[in-house]
Amino acid sequence: MNYAPARYDRLLVLLAMLVFLAIWELLPSLKLVDPFFISSPSRIIHSAQWLFAHGLWNDIRVSLIEFLWGMGLAIILGVVLGWGLGWYRMLSVIVEPFITMMNAAPRVALLPLLILWLGIGIESKIAAVFLGAFFPIVFTVMKGVRTIDRSLFELARSFGANDARVFTTLAIPSTVPYIMAGLHIAVGRGLVGVVIGELLAAQAGIGYMMARASSTFQTDKVFVGLILLTGFGYAITELIKMIEKHFETWRS
Amino acid sequence: MPASVLIVELRAHGLDDMKINIDGLSVEYVMRRSGEKLTALKDVSFSIAAGRFVCVVGPSGCGKSTLLKVLAGLQAPSAGKVLLDDMPLQGPGKNRAMVFQSASLLPWRTVLRNVTYGLEIQGFSFQDAEKVAGDFIDLVGLSGFEESYPREISGGMQQRVNLARALVTNPGLLLMDEPFANLDPQLRNFMQAEVERIWEQTRQTTLFVTHLIDEAIFLADEIIVLTARPGRIKTIVPVDFPRPRKLEIKKTPAFHVLQDSLSEMMDQEFREMIYQQAQGESA
Repeated sequence: MNYAPARYDRLLVLLAMLVFLAIWELLPSLKLVDPFFISSPSRIIHSAQWLFAHGLWNDIRVSLIEFLWGMGLAIILGVVLGWGLGWYRMLSVIVEPFITMMNAAPRVALLPLLILWLGIGIESKIAAVFLGAFFPIVFTVMKGVRTIDRSLFELARSFGANDARVFTTLAIPSTVPYIMAGLHIAVGRGLVGVVIGELLAAQAGIGYMMARASSTFQTDKVFVGLILLTGFGYAITELIKMIEKHFETWRS
Repeated sequence: MPASVLIVELRAHGLDDMKINIDGLSVEYVMRRSGEKLTALKDVSFSIAAGRFVCVVGPSGCGKSTLLKVLAGLQAPSAGKVLLDDMPLQGPGKNRAMVFQSASLLPWRTVLRNVTYGLEIQGFSFQDAEKVAGDFIDLVGLSGFEESYPREISGGMQQRVNLARALVTNPGLLLMDEPFANLDPQLRNFMQAEVERIWEQTRQTTLFVTHLIDEAIFLADEIIVLTARPGRIKTIVPVDFPRPRKLEIKKTPAFHVLQDSLSEMMDQEFREMIYQQAQGESA
């Protein structure tokens, strides 16, 4: 087979995107598809301009706050609990079944309950993000602590390390790659939490804007929200990949 | 300052080489799954004078690694007395260091940071530990690899790091648990010569566990032969080759005579081990 040299890859991707956008633009203007269903790039740009002038920044701010709070809490509590569950066998015997069950439950189904408890403000969305992101972090960190080579514990002990030193010099550094792996999954789930929470019941946010636009048949605005969320999800996943790569220098 | 000078200086106001007295040592494990009791060592007694290199040989499962773990303070004895410089052994201590069978390096630390790990655990700052570590990295022949990560260096080099990490804490007793078992034979020979070269400079009391007779003879001042499980002392054999030793002594008739007589003893114990295993399976 004959492959094009790799240096043309980027060019090809760019070309494919341009072709895709051109077709998208042409289909409605040639009256082949109703723009009500698929909108078009020019309509989306136009409506984005209007939205940014009329409060979209506030929606972005609210969604971002919800996402960051939920993720922050999930990371802190997830890492701490993951360490605890990996470290103390007794604790994991008691707590692990609950966490496994919660992880298996369709957490989206908890949203109506969260809204009843926390209202339609940002709190219920923070909880939705948290529930999505918390479990993958707990599980990967717990696994990380459990897979530490036993001989490393003996090594630390042979030099007279107490529990605290074993924890800080072995458990914490060796779980860093696992935290990153958990984060990778958690980010996607957290984003789903924000959007679904806002679609269901909210006062502001990108998902809320999309829900309102959809119920008033403004397809262009729905697409603006979709593109914003896609871009954000892509950017943050790439960021995590970069951090993961940084730690991979020593990972065998 | 060359490494050798530094080590001489360190040892001058460091700890003395340790002498060991073990009397009636027994170690029993309770197997976690079956709850079965397993006697690893039974009524083991011996003494090691300060500054001696002693090898422990015996069939696998005879408790030779257990003996090291007891001395490292990682395994509590079930019975018997262990005296280090006439003081009863109590857990791990700064006066001992262990070289592990698997290199047991921390993969997120560089060679340098692995060598300083023991000192850091013992309460030295990295800055202080780093000053000493360089000389031991030179001593084990790893200059230029200070900033490499464990996965970037070969198995033999990883074992050198393992050794330097123990030596840098200036232990009065060095415990080595089959450190070259996972290396190929040529490299193993070479590493034996390296241990001999390094030990000629440091000269601390050393207990070296191996299942290879030629390794034991080449390195040891005396060889403790353990029986099949439960491990008891079968015999203690002195080795009188003058030091420093070169690998060539492995080709001398005297070496072969010693090797043959030890092989015969080991074969007996090996047959005993196979017999026990067969009985265990039929029971």
